[in-house]
Amino acid sequence: MGSKLLAWFDDRFPLTSTWEAHLTKYYAPKNFNFWYFFGSLALFVLVNQILTGIWLTMNYVPSAEGAFASVEYIMRDVEYGWLLRYLHSTGASAFFIVVYMHMFRALLYGSYQKPRELIWIFGMAIYLALMAEGFMGYLLPWGQMSYWGAQVIISLFGAIPVIGADLQQWIRGDYLISGITLNRFFALHVIALPVVILGLVVMHLVALHEVGSNNPDGVDIKKYKDKDGKPLDGIGFHPYYTVKDIVGVVVFLFVFCGVVFFFPEMNGFFLEHANFEQANNLKTPEHIAPVWYFGAFYSILRAVPDKLMGVIAMGGAIAILFVLPWLDRSPVKSWRYKGIYSRAMLVLFALNFILLTWLGTKPATETYTLIARLCTVVYFSFFFFMPFYSAKEKTRPVPERVTG
Amino acid sequence: MKLLYSFILVFFSGSVFASTGSWPLDRMEPNLSDKPSLQRGARTFVNYCFGCHATAFQRYERVADDLDIPHELMQANLMPSGGKIGDLMKNGMLADEAKAWFGTAPPDLTLVARVRGTDWLYTYLRTFYLDPKRPWGVNNKVFPDVAMPHVLLELQGAQIDTCGPHAEQGQRDKLTGESLCGLQPDPSIEGTMTPEEYDQTIYDLVNFLAYSADPVKLERQRIGFYVLLFLSVFFVLTYLLKKEYWKAVH
Repeated sequence: MGSKLLAWFDDRFPLTSTWEAHLTKYYAPKNFNFWYFFGSLALFVLVNQILTGIWLTMNYVPSAEGAFASVEYIMRDVEYGWLLRYLHSTGASAFFIVVYMHMFRALLYGSYQKPRELIWIFGMAIYLALMAEGFMGYLLPWGQMSYWGAQVIISLFGAIPVIGADLQQWIRGDYLISGITLNRFFALHVIALPVVILGLVVMHLVALHEVGSNNPDGVDIKKYKDKDGKPLDGIGFHPYYTVKDIVGVVVFLFVFCGVVFFFPEMNGFFLEHANFEQANNLKTPEHIAPVWYFGAFYSILRAVPDKLMGVIAMGGAIAILFVLPWLDRSPVKSWRYKGIYSRAMLVLFALNFILLTWLGTKPATETYTLIARLCTVVYFSFFFFMPFYSAKEKTRPVPERVTG
Repeated sequence: MKLLYSFILVFFSGSVFASTGSWPLDRMEPNLSDKPSLQRGARTFVNYCFGCHATAFQRYERVADDLDIPHELMQANLMPSGGKIGDLMKNGMLADEAKAWFGTAPPDLTLVARVRGTDWLYTYLRTFYLDPKRPWGVNNKVFPDVAMPHVLLELQGAQIDTCGPHAEQGQRDKLTGESLCGLQPDPSIEGTMTPEEYDQTIYDLVNFLAYSADPVKLERQRIGFYVLLFLSVFFVLTYLLKKEYWKAVH
């Protein structure tokens, strides 16, 4: 019965062949380590955001008069509404954490290098869409920080010469941030951007499965195959990596639920204190800080004394990531076999990024601004000098097959 | 490892809130399972604060149920007559009238403990002092030039600021740790409570505000415990499953 039904389906739909091509006979290198959990975790968090988002939408009111009260209604009167809300708000931060880890993995093992440039570019597009999604979602609770954070970010467009002021007004749909802005951000947050993100995720995975996964050694597992054409160092993604990734998901959930149930505000990092006060366009908060995941780019923006130049530097800091595959001229992929300069610069870059992120959540005092400027220089140095140090340095011999 | 420690310190240490004044805040640890304290806090809130400040995002019924207050008692003592138990805790004050009276509309207090922090509230409500320059004759150490009068004056009595022109607010002697300047009771207006009683009243009130800002906290932590317990057990199962499958790989 079961096999007959399957055959009926297979005659009309590529069920078995798709299942095999992307799961059982998609051969992934057997030496994936800790860093390889974050791709599947990002997918897991995406599903969490979509599901909790759908249920939040059922009770959320996208209007300047009703938004704040409807969030509190969800928190107090909707059965387990608080859980949906905290899963969604913590999920937003968790999404950025896993995506940052996932991107760092790509930097560590050169997963952006040929032939995986497109995977990296699709990934960067996801990251960009995710930033827009996070930014627009943050306006929806209509708290003080929602309002003033959006005010600051939208005002950045005003720095663009000639069209700046009109562009700002076009984005807001009003002379200032109002219910009209809230409504359009709601539409973009719950429909437009999720559709874009899902489409990009599909392209990211299709591109990945076309060329195959990289691995911590950065060697090509397709070089050595058995007589059936299966890579000697490859194992079927299902069941091997599905069962392994489930363990990863459980460990992730332990930390995630620890935050959701015990520290949902994360001391003001995940839910800012000022955002428990309703948006008031006549009262500017003492210190406007974006949510932590925009911190690094916000620091770069503030580090530049001129507003337009600051906006350009911030845009450039994101844009330069797109061309990373062409900046790295190293003959090897993995940092395990790269030279001392690449390794040192990568560690410096990662620590520098964490520091920039932290600085972005702090007020711009004189000392902090000075540090932020230094960090901005380090950030761009990593990319500007990469074509030189990655090509010139002495690399170590890469093994023929994967190690470990 | 040091980085990890500082990470833990930053994220899990006591709440860090931006505060306007330089007055040092007194610690106050809310205890949401202390029902009598929450009940007393609710009473103080309704009697002294509710005339001007609403808690418009929560309902009488929820407060009554969470604080073990019978509905009849709630309706008779803590609610305006004619109100329904399922109503939101709004008050009759109109925003533009309030603005005319106080210069600013009294904020809703449902979430104030999450905006300001409980230490801030606990200190703020205990640091009003006489200041003839202010419209209500009082000023506040934590919230300088606040528009609110000292509503609890009849309980606390008046305080005066003993800070001389050279001592900074809240400054302490470096050797003995004694306060160089601070607030002293002023015998011209005596309160009905002793300082200890007044502190307890404020503790209960702030405790109630902490409850009102996050009414599901205890329930959330109770469920969270079981969730983490389940995940720990589930981890062992998934780990063993993975190990079983991966025998073929190694």
